[in-house]
Amino acid sequence: MKFFRSSSNQAAGSAVPQKLTRRSSGMGEICRLLNSQEGLCVLDMGSTSANNIRFLTGKGHKAYSEDLLRSSLEPALRIQDVAGNSVLDSKKFLDENLVYANALFDVVLCWNLPDYMEESLVKPTIDRLWSLMKPGGYLLAFFHTREAGPDSTCYRYHVTGTDMLEMQEVKFAPPGRPASEKQSPRLQRVFNNRHIENLFRDFASIKFFLARDAIREVLVVR
Amino acid sequence: MDAPQTGEGAHIGKSVVIKGELSGSEDLYVDGNVDGKIELRNHSLTVGPNGNVKADVSAKTVVIQGKLDGSVNASERVELRKSAVVNGDVTTQRIAIEEGAFLKGKVDVQREAGKAAPASS
Repeated sequence: MKFFRSSSNQAAGSAVPQKLTRRSSGMGEICRLLNSQEGLCVLDMGSTSANNIRFLTGKGHKAYSEDLLRSSLEPALRIQDVAGNSVLDSKKFLDENLVYANALFDVVLCWNLPDYMEESLVKPTIDRLWSLMKPGGYLLAFFHTREAGPDSTCYRYHVTGTDMLEMQEVKFAPPGRPASEKQSPRLQRVFNNRHIENLFRDFASIKFFLARDAIREVLVVR
Repeated sequence: MDAPQTGEGAHIGKSVVIKGELSGSEDLYVDGNVDGKIELRNHSLTVGPNGNVKADVSAKTVVIQGKLDGSVNASERVELRKSAVVNGDVTTQRIAIEEGAFLKGKVDVQREAGKAAPASS
């Protein structure tokens, strides 16, 4: 499996990736909730974002940060299957990540994690999130459509408090490599609507928002 | 505070390994390994780029450039520099996180009476 994009796609000379913006109907719905209530428990599963922590704690919410994409690259998670192939140990992954009390979270910001995470981890991760969310809690995820190529940029998202999101390219060094060798993760697959519905079949409801940038937003209610 | 000046606090070098409880009334710079607990109350703790701390830490300000596994309780400020890797909950009044820092845990920003409690990048 190729996890990172080829280095030729990297923007030369840009030490700090540029921030773009996109309108997000799903985030708009979640922000209405975040702006109208206090004391919600929110799990941000993207790269650690000072913006998001500032927004959430400033609104009186409890902010939890867990970058599962980066955590999934831990070399210690790799084991060999019976055929001798290197695979990820999903049980160990869930023993070490997403370890919280059941029904803790009101909101989970999953972002584009399922599209970039190794496939064997996706369903177990969503199932774990189901158990960690309160009934009626919201989960927001972004899925690429078929129009997106394998080299589509992996973004992290910064909440602004409206339906506008700031986007910033994700880059980090492969395990064991120096920080100077940062690369962008590669899109692992494209889910179709049926796959997405199956992924969230245990949830109470699912709403799709189609966007122009080859992204389907999915807002799921636990 | 990135690195201590001579005479301005204690320095644990990168070849030093400590297991146990550390407490003190001066600033502390840790660039080695500490496994246990660190309590500095009204002083600063800096975990240097080579630092590897497995401890619950409590100080006035905490600056992390290296790795820390444990809870962080800072009465004033926490700074996570770009090379920081923190696994644990953070409780503070102010937090600054640089681009590239990794944090896995809960952030509890306790508001100072009458003041905002920002997180900045």
